[in-house]
Amino acid sequence: MTDLEPTPRVAVGRRVFLGVTGLAALGVAFGGSISNFLGNAFGSGLGGLLPGGDRFRIYSITGKYPKIKDSDYRLKVSGLVQRPKTFTLDDLKAMPVTSFTKNFQCVTGWKVPDVHWEGVLLSDIMDAVGIRPGAVALTFESYDRADTESLTIDQARLPDVIVAYQMLGAPVTTEHGGPVRLYVAPMFGYKSLKWLSAIRVVNQEQPGFWEQNGYPVNGWLDGTTGPTNPDPRLT
Amino acid sequence: MTIAPAATRRAARLLRFDRVQRGAHWANALLFGVLMFTAIPLYFGSFFGAVFPRHLIEQIHLWSGLALPLPIVISLLGPWGRAMRRDVKRVNAWTREEIHWLQSLGRTPLEADKFNPGQKLNAIFIGAVIVVMLITGSMLQWFRFFSVSLRQGATFVHDVFAFAIFAVVIGHIAMAITHRDSLRSIFKGWVSEQWAATHAPKWLKESRDAEGSVNSP
Repeated sequence: MTDLEPTPRVAVGRRVFLGVTGLAALGVAFGGSISNFLGNAFGSGLGGLLPGGDRFRIYSITGKYPKIKDSDYRLKVSGLVQRPKTFTLDDLKAMPVTSFTKNFQCVTGWKVPDVHWEGVLLSDIMDAVGIRPGAVALTFESYDRADTESLTIDQARLPDVIVAYQMLGAPVTTEHGGPVRLYVAPMFGYKSLKWLSAIRVVNQEQPGFWEQNGYPVNGWLDGTTGPTNPDPRLT
Repeated sequence: MTIAPAATRRAARLLRFDRVQRGAHWANALLFGVLMFTAIPLYFGSFFGAVFPRHLIEQIHLWSGLALPLPIVISLLGPWGRAMRRDVKRVNAWTREEIHWLQSLGRTPLEADKFNPGQKLNAIFIGAVIVVMLITGSMLQWFRFFSVSLRQGATFVHDVFAFAIFAVVIGHIAMAITHRDSLRSIFKGWVSEQWAATHAPKWLKESRDAEGSVNSP
């Protein structure tokens, strides 16, 4: 190499920069399918360690987890009902068991595939207390004293909306909202209120905590926000 | 041969990073550090859960992320950014020898520039990930404007790149603390001419050609 002839140069910087950002753009476009594939390929064991794999991200509004002993747990059901009742955990377990395996999908984009859920159908609880005429919606309260949620009566009667006490094949842990949480399968995760403490049957829908912070009241997984689910097979 | 007097020894120094570049580096490093530290409990929430103020940490992560491009953009664009802009050109334009050197993982001969190809690659990567993390992070923050599938994609990319960033940044710090002379230049700006003769001979030659004599800081 001499100083007389200019050294030919290649814009490697620009190429690598465009390569990396291009790869990221592809990742955004197809990352959903990739992480679904990884989740299915590795299951919840190894998948939990992989970036983008199937792992829960634990959110808490208050920054704390209410710790409730199984024996202290109570679910108070009141409002427009014929027989107001306070359920213990044993009361719930004595009711007909509903279980299924369904995804947990967060509105912000992460998803845990094939989570096993077990509990009591919300419609069984409504039948147990007897809904009075004029009832339109249910509101839900949490032991964290911050989160609230709501469902219309029709939504609450869907066959994959449960009051869950088992999750991932074990009792629902404190961080996941145990001992008892709501699981609303056809909607985004924020509808599945944790540490469920009370259900009130009311005559108009009352937007919950996340809805007051701008999330849709009807958070169907396909992104629609109408009161009824246009796709009955949504999982 | 006698030991050179202090004045001569000081003259045998070469400015590697000017004040603006050092400032930009440390502001950038601080933001990366804050983002990485806050990322850990946000990502592994189930291990930290009960004891950390998630909302506060989210806010710190969000605002540091939004500020992330500022050090580089500000240091490049102002009238003070001459050295910065010159080094960006250096990092961008590679000779064939540099490409071969990197492809052979350092086994082919190379008359090194101010930065070796590995260092250049590090700088390019950091530049690219700032853009990628800013965009995917914004998609996660303002997710309502994107379809669920794009949100999933953005989550995936933000996660995978975060892992890559940890690897690269840890590697960068490991290289820095094992190369004391280079490390000093990001604190004090200068390297010795002797160091440059070994590690950046082409740059040393250029500096001499450009200035007729070696500049002092």
